[in-house]
Amino acid sequence: MPLDRTPLALLKAQTGIVGLDDITLGGLPSGRPTLICGAAGCGKTLLAMTFLVNGATRFGEPGVFMSFEERAADLAANFASLGFDIDGLVAAGKLAIDHVRVERGEIEETGEYDLEGLFVRLGYAVDTIGARRVVLDTIESLFSGFTDPSILRAELRRLFGWIKDRGLTAVITGERGDGQLTRQGLEEYVSDCVIVLDNRVQEQITTRRLRVVKYRGSAHGTNEYPFLIDAQGISVLPVTSSGLQRPVSDEIIPSGIPGLDAMLRTGGFYRGSSILLSGVAGTGKTTIGSHFVDAACARGERCMFFVLEEGAEEICRNARSIGLDLKQWVERGKLRFEAARPSLYGLEMHLARMHRDLDAFKPDMVVVDPISAFRGPPTEVHATLLRMLDLLKSRGITTLFTSLRTETTEGEGTDHGLSSLMDVWIKLMDIEANGERNRLLYLVKSRGMSHSNQVREYRVTDSGIELIEAYIGPEGVLTGIARLSQEAREKAAAKRRREEVERRRREITRRRDSLERQIEELRATLVIEEEEARKLLDEEEVHEATLAVDRAAVAARRGAAE
Amino acid sequence: MSPAALPSADPASGSRPGCYRLCLYVAGRTTKSLTAMANLKRLCEEHPAYHYEINTIDLLENPRLAAADQIVALPTLVRHLPAPIKRIIGDLSNTERVLAGLGISPGTASR
Repeated sequence: MPLDRTPLALLKAQTGIVGLDDITLGGLPSGRPTLICGAAGCGKTLLAMTFLVNGATRFGEPGVFMSFEERAADLAANFASLGFDIDGLVAAGKLAIDHVRVERGEIEETGEYDLEGLFVRLGYAVDTIGARRVVLDTIESLFSGFTDPSILRAELRRLFGWIKDRGLTAVITGERGDGQLTRQGLEEYVSDCVIVLDNRVQEQITTRRLRVVKYRGSAHGTNEYPFLIDAQGISVLPVTSSGLQRPVSDEIIPSGIPGLDAMLRTGGFYRGSSILLSGVAGTGKTTIGSHFVDAACARGERCMFFVLEEGAEEICRNARSIGLDLKQWVERGKLRFEAARPSLYGLEMHLARMHRDLDAFKPDMVVVDPISAFRGPPTEVHATLLRMLDLLKSRGITTLFTSLRTETTEGEGTDHGLSSLMDVWIKLMDIEANGERNRLLYLVKSRGMSHSNQVREYRVTDSGIELIEAYIGPEGVLTGIARLSQEAREKAAAKRRREEVERRRREITRRRDSLERQIEELRATLVIEEEEARKLLDEEEVHEATLAVDRAAVAARRGAAE
Repeated sequence: MSPAALPSADPASGSRPGCYRLCLYVAGRTTKSLTAMANLKRLCEEHPAYHYEINTIDLLENPRLAAADQIVALPTLVRHLPAPIKRIIGDLSNTERVLAGLGISPGTASR
């Protein structure tokens, strides 16, 4: 069989499956067979059918589905739930389904035979609709119908050669066998591209994974990639640690809590940064998250809220109690909630779902509430969260992770060792004293900006989160009632001081007044005394004059007598 | 490859026991096809007690018919009647197995 049909560039047939075309750098090898193997219930048939339907509807390549297990009617019914209109495609001549049924009980082998009938059927179906793609699902079923495996092997080898000669892009599914990829060792014949699907159960949670084992003549992603089967079909997620070359933004976005922004010199966080909000139960992590989301939506950004412990309705209701109307953003298409219990899927699946949701919604900000809800082996949780962080950062999405700290794990915390990877770490605490609990907030770190080193008290009020300067004085940090009473005490002392000053001022005024009065009196006394003195002097002068006159008169009188 | 109506004990055919409605599928005049046809002819002649309606179909000429009768291996002799349907595959050289497949007891040969 000619192996060098496309000697230079290997042509690829796009599968149209999100992610799979990325891993295979363009799709399955065109004009060659690809083996897809995995245990029962791995999604082989779904993957194969998606390949055909996408080919027929999106890439103009009609396809033949040769089913060795399910009947055409069953296939159509099964895939209707995914929105595939199998019957419509068949009627339009874009898809042909041939159900090959082989019943051991009906068959009597009486001599030499070959599987030319299969070739005839396939050839006829291919020619009828001008098919470019073929699926054989699951051809190994033939081995249960015939007794002589050597004939089957020879015929399968011939069939795959025939498919190559016809230039058909084929997907052959195979059930996983012991010690080899398929029960009958099909990988020996189909050697161009082999994809293994896996459905692993770990701690009672299943995760689907896909791996391209080999791809002759092409580079490909070699890891195990999680994939997802849900109402939107199949999507594979090439979620890998994407290095550290990421877009960096200098843009500052406020958090929506003025007091918190004020703690940062820049007045907000860098766009695209990752923010960890860790705190014990009831410290208002989700509430702060709601603030972030509300502020972002109000700026016209798109937000996604991944909630793992509450429902979307609950978050909206609770946000309303602090004066935030998140519902309006949902209605305007600015905000989307994705709620799922952590135990609903494995970690990979959560990541996979997130990947797909991010692709679909393209948010500017994401809140994951809370990451501590992810349970599993610590290394795995850490790796998953790391990839989640990478995924978000590589897209320049501002992310707020909340994390629950419990009293016992204070210090090491349940942030899964992520705190060192975060750009900003806000720690929420509560202090229990004087028969009450008070909430405190401080910034452990905020990369690339100076920030307050102070512990702030915050209150959850009807109009949102409100930061208050905590009382830090000689008696330590006081919060709540203690702070209030301390403040009251200080206020009283201040009042007393003010009154004292006032009193002194009055005293001074009074004394000045009295002194001035005394001065007035003295001055008046002086005037009187001066007056009297002048009077005395006048009288003296008059007296002196009188005396002089008298003396003159006496002298005159004496002179006359002498 | 015309339908080979072979002599039978009772000319009236139908669904009654003893009537065989058979269909031999081949693909071209390969060695296996020719051997199968020859073997079938011989078998029918050796068991004249039954009535045979045999239709030979060359799938290279009528590929459409392969799916309808669930043909995978070739040659295949399909026993439509009597029910249940049976598929006898191969070149029919193992007479014993062919007779077993058709439901003819070897004892009925040349009575």
